[in-house]
Amino acid sequence: MYNYDQYDHQMLADRVAQFRDQTDRYLGGKLSDAEFLPLRLQNGLYIQRMAPMLRIAVPYGMLSAKQLRKLGQIAREFDKGYGHFTTRQNIQFNWPALEDVPDILAHLAEVEMHAIQTSGNCIRNTTTDQFAGVAADEIEDSRPWCEIIRQWSTFHPEFAYLPRKFKIAVCGTRVDQAATQVHDIGIYMKRNSQGDIGFRILAGGGLGRTPVIGEEIFEFVDKPHLLTALESIMRVYNRLGRRDNKYKARIKILVKETGVQEFQRLVLAEWDKIKDGPQTLTDAEIERCKGFFTDPAYENLPDSPAALTTRLETNILFKNWVDQNVRPHRKAGYAIVTVCFKETGVAPGDITDTQLDYLADLAEQFSYSEVRVTHHQNVVLADVRQDQLYDLWRQLEKQSLASCNLGLLTDIICCPGGDFCALANAKSIPIAESIQRQFPDFDELRDLGDLRINISGCMNACGHHHVGNIGILGVDKKGEEFYQVTLGGSSRNEASIGKVIGPAFSQHEIPDVVTRIVDVYRANRQQGEEFIDTYRRIGMKPFKEKVYANIN
Amino acid sequence: MPTLISHGRIEAQDKWTLLKEATDPDVLQVVQGKNLILPLQFWKTYRQEADDYSGDIALWLDSHEYVNDIGPALHDFPLIALNFPVFADGRAYTNARELREQLKYEGQIRAIGDVLRDQIYYMSRCGFDAFALRHDQDPEACLAAFNDFNTGYQASIADPLPLFRRR
Repeated sequence: MYNYDQYDHQMLADRVAQFRDQTDRYLGGKLSDAEFLPLRLQNGLYIQRMAPMLRIAVPYGMLSAKQLRKLGQIAREFDKGYGHFTTRQNIQFNWPALEDVPDILAHLAEVEMHAIQTSGNCIRNTTTDQFAGVAADEIEDSRPWCEIIRQWSTFHPEFAYLPRKFKIAVCGTRVDQAATQVHDIGIYMKRNSQGDIGFRILAGGGLGRTPVIGEEIFEFVDKPHLLTALESIMRVYNRLGRRDNKYKARIKILVKETGVQEFQRLVLAEWDKIKDGPQTLTDAEIERCKGFFTDPAYENLPDSPAALTTRLETNILFKNWVDQNVRPHRKAGYAIVTVCFKETGVAPGDITDTQLDYLADLAEQFSYSEVRVTHHQNVVLADVRQDQLYDLWRQLEKQSLASCNLGLLTDIICCPGGDFCALANAKSIPIAESIQRQFPDFDELRDLGDLRINISGCMNACGHHHVGNIGILGVDKKGEEFYQVTLGGSSRNEASIGKVIGPAFSQHEIPDVVTRIVDVYRANRQQGEEFIDTYRRIGMKPFKEKVYANIN
Repeated sequence: MPTLISHGRIEAQDKWTLLKEATDPDVLQVVQGKNLILPLQFWKTYRQEADDYSGDIALWLDSHEYVNDIGPALHDFPLIALNFPVFADGRAYTNARELREQLKYEGQIRAIGDVLRDQIYYMSRCGFDAFALRHDQDPEACLAAFNDFNTGYQASIADPLPLFRRR
């Protein structure tokens, strides 16, 4: 992973000192709430329902064992002993004291971490595929490009006070795991007709109140011109994005109101001015960044060793876990393991200090001291030897981390919701739990296959409900919590936004509603069809009829 | 009169008078003998009157206005002021960079309006070199803002090369 040099370290030290001074001035009454607000937000600090919430950046999801232990220490010393993985591959703490935050940031800086631009109206943490660098279907490793974008966007002086928050995702694989099309800017690595690899760039995607799939602005950008292309989009947005209404301030509204063609014309006019300028990437810089993401010292090992196959034949629980949570690696003899943090009864994405330490041990023992956080709020060990999978599974079991529902109905994406978040209209964690309890049977879950349920506690859509196959959105109706259900969303390559099935439901109706939806799928599916395929073939009507038939 | 910082120091005097609102050209008769910063639209409407004015003339633009609209006369002005109606309105950062990088403007770029200590560093990186501070700001504290960071990743007006071409 990326290693800081003296420049990166200096900038981080300067940032900690700056925020310490800002916090002192705020606590001393010299800085108003309104003036402190964007400063603390750009250091990841929200003032929340219970306490401040601190969101720490995990650039493109990569964490070292050392960093995991530091997060464990922060959870113990400054929080109530746990953290929460977010849908942007970050981790947040829900109970730090405001006056401790500069110290927490200093702790983070020791391990090359920070909370820079994890919130606020600026360019946020760039996300990517959690399997970057190890996926079998990769066009090119996206992580060096994410790092190049991270450096360009960090402390960018021109884009710190945008109309609204701004999120970028990069996808380097053929199967999109990064929900790229619903980002303010979505970048796909692609090969052009000459065989060169470059970027296809979309803009104007997003979730929130008005979910939109991004529009293509650049059909193909050569590698050296990535940053100038991004900067021209940003500049048009900063100048013309709406600032009169917070709900119309995202770039998706600008693209829509301007029209894609006109927006593209403005961007290209801007690009014309800065393309080939000093921000054009040099080969040396591209090579430097790629140098941080080389292969670890893989050994030459056979696929499917006896140490694995004999266990698979004799232990059905282990086999279930391998079937569901282990993916093929591009290197023979290795495997990609996803540790699923969706145990029923535990808030999705929550992780304790002990588990953080424990993950660090596992990373060191099994996966070259690194892990990746996924936007599904799980954790990946990317380089596990196949002959060690059984040992790993045994250890996970001891920590109740061997849950094998990855990608299944109970692997729910869920925001913290009304239990923690000041913005939420409704609770989301208890909804996730009630659904998980409704489906306790692993064989049934396996039979239902790939089925994504995403839950958000409000329109801000942190739980990405629009792109859940089944989406659930908390809404407030005259002070009571209700839940609107959407069907047909997907964040894969054929991305789509879910459609509302009908009137909202009360909390206690939701498990039954999910059961009815699933029943319709089971009754109608054809050979090999996932839920989303069946929905796309038969449409909303049969689901709607079943769900609202004699509901009580 | 707001305190003015320019070229990294607190200025005892400011030769410029800002006409924040002006719609009637007669105002130029009333404020004789000064050097005026006029609103862009006023100048566009009353160019002749402005040209005839006895003192020096500069322009100020609000955040929704665009520096390219000044036209070829830009380089005749010794100063362009860019207004921050509220500090969180970031459009003037783009205007300042356009002025310096695309239009090659070499006169003073002055931040006016809601100009606060914690935004000065980014403003200076975008090409502002003068800051008319909001009345409640501590000028000494604002001077410290120039040292918030030792360097940045991006190109800036002081460092025209991004860090990757310098490191």
